Amino acid sequence: MEGPTSTGIPNRKLAMWTFIGSECMLFGTLIATYMIYRGRNLVPPYPHDLLNIPFITVTTFVLLMSSLMMVLALAAVQRNDLRATKLWLGLTALFGLIFLGGQYYEFSHFVHEGLPLSRNLFSSTFFVLTGTHGAHVAGGVIWLSTLLVRTVQGKLDARHAETVEIAGLYWHFVDIVWIILFTLIYLLV
Amino acid sequence: MSHSAESHPSTRLYVAVAVILAALTALEVMVFYIEALAPVLIPILLVMMAAKFALVAMFFMHLKSDGPVLNAIFAWGAFIATAIVVALMAIYGKFGA
Repeated sequence: MEGPTSTGIPNRKLAMWTFIGSECMLFGTLIATYMIYRGRNLVPPYPHDLLNIPFITVTTFVLLMSSLMMVLALAAVQRNDLRATKLWLGLTALFGLIFLGGQYYEFSHFVHEGLPLSRNLFSSTFFVLTGTHGAHVAGGVIWLSTLLVRTVQGKLDARHAETVEIAGLYWHFVDIVWIILFTLIYLLV
Repeated sequence: MSHSAESHPSTRLYVAVAVILAALTALEVMVFYIEALAPVLIPILLVMMAAKFALVAMFFMHLKSDGPVLNAIFAWGAFIATAIVVALMAIYGKFGA
C-alpha cells in the first residue's frame, strides 16, 4: 500500500479522477458531434423509425442497478466480507454483460433494418457515440472480472479496498455517461 | 484504504439512491410519452438527467464526502465538456436563428 501523499488523496485515486476528467472531454466532443448533426439526416431510415424506447429503458435500468451492485461490492470489501464482495462484483459484471448484450441486439437490429455505420448522419454519429460508450462498458466488465478472479483466488481483501473503489469510480462514470446518452439520444428524438 | 472510506454512505442510503434513480428513469420515459408535455419536454428531461447525474456523482462516486480537489477535477472536466457541446451547437445554429 502506498504511503501518505502531499494532497492527502491516494495517488491512484487522483489519477483515476484525472482520467475521468479527460474522459468527460472525449465524450463531450462525441456528444457535440451527435447533437450538431441531430435532425439533419436526409437519408432514411430515421431515428424515430428505429429507436426502441421500452427496450433501451430496460437496459438503462440494468446499467443503473449495476452501479448499486458496485457500491455494495465496495462496502463489502471495506468490511472484509469477501463472500459478499464476490457476489456483488459478479453481479456488477453480469449486469454490464446484459447491457452489452442489449447493445449488440440493438446494433444488429439497426443493421438488419438497413442502417449500417456509413448509411447516413444519424448512423455514423449514433454508432460512434454509443459504440465508444459500449467499449468503455466492455473494458469495465473485463476490469471487474479480474477483480472477481483475484477475490476468488484470495488475493483481494479489505487491504485492497482502494483498488475496488477505483474500479468503481470508472464504472460509475460509464453509468453517468449513459444517463446523458439515454436522454439526449433516445428521449430527445 | 482510502481516507474517505469511513465517511462513505450506508447500504441503506445506496439502495435509496438506486430507487430514486430508477424512479427518475421511469418518470423520464413517462414524460416522453405524454403529448401534453411536449412543449416543455426538453427542460424537464434535462433537469431529470442532471438530477440523476448528480446523485451518481455525489453518492456512488462519493464526491459528497471526498475532498474539494476531486470535486474540482471532475467539475472542470464536466464544465469543459458542456462548454464544447453548447459552443458547437451554437456555432452550427442548433439554438434557432
